Amino acid sequence: MDNMTIIAVASIVIAGITISLGSIGPALAEGRAVATALTSLAQQPDASATITRTLFVGLAMIESIAIYCFVVSMILIFANPFWNHVIAQTAGK
Amino acid sequence: MHLSPDQMILWHHGFLKLNATIAYTWALMLVLVGGSRLITRKLSTGLERSRWQNLLEILVTGISKQIEEVGLSQPQKYLGFLGTLFLFVATASLCTVIPGYEPPTASLSTTAALALCVFVAVPFFGIEEQGVRNYLKSYTKPTFIMVPFNIISELSRTLALAVRLFGNMMSGAMIIGILLTITPFIFPIIMTVLGLLTGMVQAYIFSILAAVYIAAATRVRKPKAEPMQTIPA
Repeated sequence: MDNMTIIAVASIVIAGITISLGSIGPALAEGRAVATALTSLAQQPDASATITRTLFVGLAMIESIAIYCFVVSMILIFANPFWNHVIAQTAGK
Repeated sequence: MHLSPDQMILWHHGFLKLNATIAYTWALMLVLVGGSRLITRKLSTGLERSRWQNLLEILVTGISKQIEEVGLSQPQKYLGFLGTLFLFVATASLCTVIPGYEPPTASLSTTAALALCVFVAVPFFGIEEQGVRNYLKSYTKPTFIMVPFNIISELSRTLALAVRLFGNMMSGAMIIGILLTITPFIFPIIMTVLGLLTGMVQAYIFSILAAVYIAAATRVRKPKAEPMQTIPA
């Protein structure tokens, strides 16, 4: 396999693996966070504004891990510097 | 299929390039500033007020209350900065209902600029509230060894702010773009609604996180309380 094929196969496969493995952790963590928030809402309905706001902030921080994985896989597919370099080389030849 | 509106170049002349991000950012600024100017031309303090003034008042008091709940005791000092962050990101995301529009926050340059504003504002407000020595001393809490870790955490929070907002906006725009080539009619509309929801949530998150960082930097450390004196019998 020449350089172009290796780079293409590696980018595509890793992009898929990145986003699929990278969403497992945040999904589980968000489920736990919401479950705990629901329990505490049931125990203290007066504090619902604080609990809801803290829940959303916490969910955004957890979500950003999944977003990092998504950004990496998008870069591998759409803005891949190795692929651009190899394409430029082949175009120049 | 482009990754961000940075790649849509509208006009270039040698070195200078006008891309869609800059154009949409300025359009948003015009809308926000022009709209507020028009609405606040004839403010009324009585019970009779126009609808738009009511809307602005709801927005301002809502943001002010949120800032106060986060722990900043004088919200009017920070209302300009935090309110602008929220309004800019929220309007940028709301306008996705207009066809042909791409939110400028879907480009890493815009979100990095906003995150850098927060990075500069946190020490600025901290020094304004506590003085230079006390603010710098706060980096040595809890122990002196933590100084490099505190600095690294400042930098990584800024990076996280930028990438979080960029990732959310870019993924919304990209999902809609991809779906439009597959199932052109109903599904993209549902994804646009989802994109609106996440856009609003991300605007709220961005400004609340900025408020929390500023609150952590401006928290005045109280001196240790004096020991209670025994009451003579």
